[in-house]
Amino acid sequence: MKTLRSLLNGRRDLLQSRAVRSGLLLACLLLPAIARSDDSAQLKIDNFKFGPEKLTITKGTQVTWTNQDDIPHSIVLNALGVRSKALDTDKTFSYQFDKAGTFAYICGLHPFMHGQVVVK
Amino acid sequence: MTTDLHNPDRRGFLKCMTWAGSAMVWTVAGGIPRSHVIGQAEAAETGFSFAQVSDSHLGFDKPVNANVAGTFQEALGHVTSMADKPAFLIHTGDITHLSTAEQFDTGAQLLTATKLQTYTVPGEHDILEDNGKSYLNRYGKGTHGDGWYSFNAQGVHFIGLVNVVNLQGNGLGDLGNAQLEWLEKDVKGLPSSTPIVVFAHVPLWIVYQDWGWGTKDGGQALSYLKRFGSVTVLNGHIHQVMQKIEGQVAFHTARSTAFPQGVPGVAKGPGPYPVPAGELKNFLGTARISLVSTKSPLAIVDTPLAG
Repeated sequence: MKTLRSLLNGRRDLLQSRAVRSGLLLACLLLPAIARSDDSAQLKIDNFKFGPEKLTITKGTQVTWTNQDDIPHSIVLNALGVRSKALDTDKTFSYQFDKAGTFAYICGLHPFMHGQVVVK
Repeated sequence: MTTDLHNPDRRGFLKCMTWAGSAMVWTVAGGIPRSHVIGQAEAAETGFSFAQVSDSHLGFDKPVNANVAGTFQEALGHVTSMADKPAFLIHTGDITHLSTAEQFDTGAQLLTATKLQTYTVPGEHDILEDNGKSYLNRYGKGTHGDGWYSFNAQGVHFIGLVNVVNLQGNGLGDLGNAQLEWLEKDVKGLPSSTPIVVFAHVPLWIVYQDWGWGTKDGGQALSYLKRFGSVTVLNGHIHQVMQKIEGQVAFHTARSTAFPQGVPGVAKGPGPYPVPAGELKNFLGTARISLVSTKSPLAIVDTPLAG
C-alpha cells in the first residue's frame, strides 16, 4: 500500500514538475521574443553576431545593445536614420522604437553583421 | 578550381594560400610563411625599397596585446634599423582603434620618430569620429575626396585608395564612383611600362566574403590597371599575410603590428585571435617591398616581429 501511494505521489510529482518545466520552457521561448510595451529589451553583440538576430517587440520598447566583443561595433538603422557611435567592449547603445514595422540594421564597422527588429 | 598556377582563379584563392609557382616562393620558419621572389630578394637589397606597416590599432588594450604602442614602435624600429633604409613608409590603415585625438597623437609621435616620410590611407577604425575629419585633418592634406591620392617615386606610380567609407549591407569595402573616375583619369597618361603600386586598407580582391574581406568595386579599379606590366596591390585589414598573383597583378596583405585575426574557414569569427603566451610577435610584423628591374612583380619580404 505504502509502495502504491509513494508510486502515485511520485507520478504526481513528475506531472507537476513536467508542468512546471513546460511552463518555464514556454516562458523562456516567449519572453525574449516579445517584450511588453512598457518594457525594455536587451540585445547582445557576441562574436560578430547580434543576438537574437531577429527581435520582436511592441511599440514604445527601448532596445539596448551591449557589445561583448573585443572589437568595437556600431548600430546603423538606415531606415530610421539612426547611427550609434562606435561601441567599445561592454559599451551600450539604446533606442526606443515608437513606430511599427520591420527595421533591418547592420554594424557600421562590419556591415556583414545583420539584425532585425520587428515592432508590432 | 583551375590547376594553372600562373592564373589561379579567385575562388581557388583560399586553397592557394600555400601556393608556390611562377617566381614566388613560400618558406616556413617558426610556423610563419615568408615570401620572396626567387633569386631577386638579394639583388633588390641595393635597390629602391619601401616598407609597409598596417593595423597598429593604437588604443586597443585587450589581453591579446595590452601594449599595441610598444609592438608598433618595435615594428618601426625594425624598419629604421635596416642596413639599407627604406625610402619611405606606407601605413595601410587602422592607425588608431577608436579615432580619438590621443590615439592619433600617439601614432603621429611614433611615425615622426622614424624620420621617414609616411604615406597613409584610413582604415574603418580611423574614421569613427566626425565623419572622418579627425583622420583628414591630420593626413588629408593634398588628397582628394575621403583621402585618396597618388604620387611618383623612383619611376613607380603609387596610388592610395580609400575603401572604408559608406560600408553598406553587402559587407564589403567600397570605392565609389567619384574615386573610380578619379583613378581612371589618374593613370590615363601613364605609359604601360610604369610599375604601379596600389595601397588601400581593405583587400581590393575578395579574400573572404562572409567576413566582408574584399572590395565590392575593386574589380572595376583593377580593370583600369590591366594594361600595366607590373601592378602590386598592398592591403591590411585582415591582420595576416595572404598573397596571390593574377596575371600581372600581385596581391598582398600585411600583418598587423597589434594583434592577429582568425584564419577564414578555421576561426569562428574575424575578431582578435588569442595566441599562446610568448608567441604574439610571430604573428605581428612589417613588410618590405623592393623594386627590381624585371617584368615580374615587386619583391615583398614579410618579417614577423620575432624571429
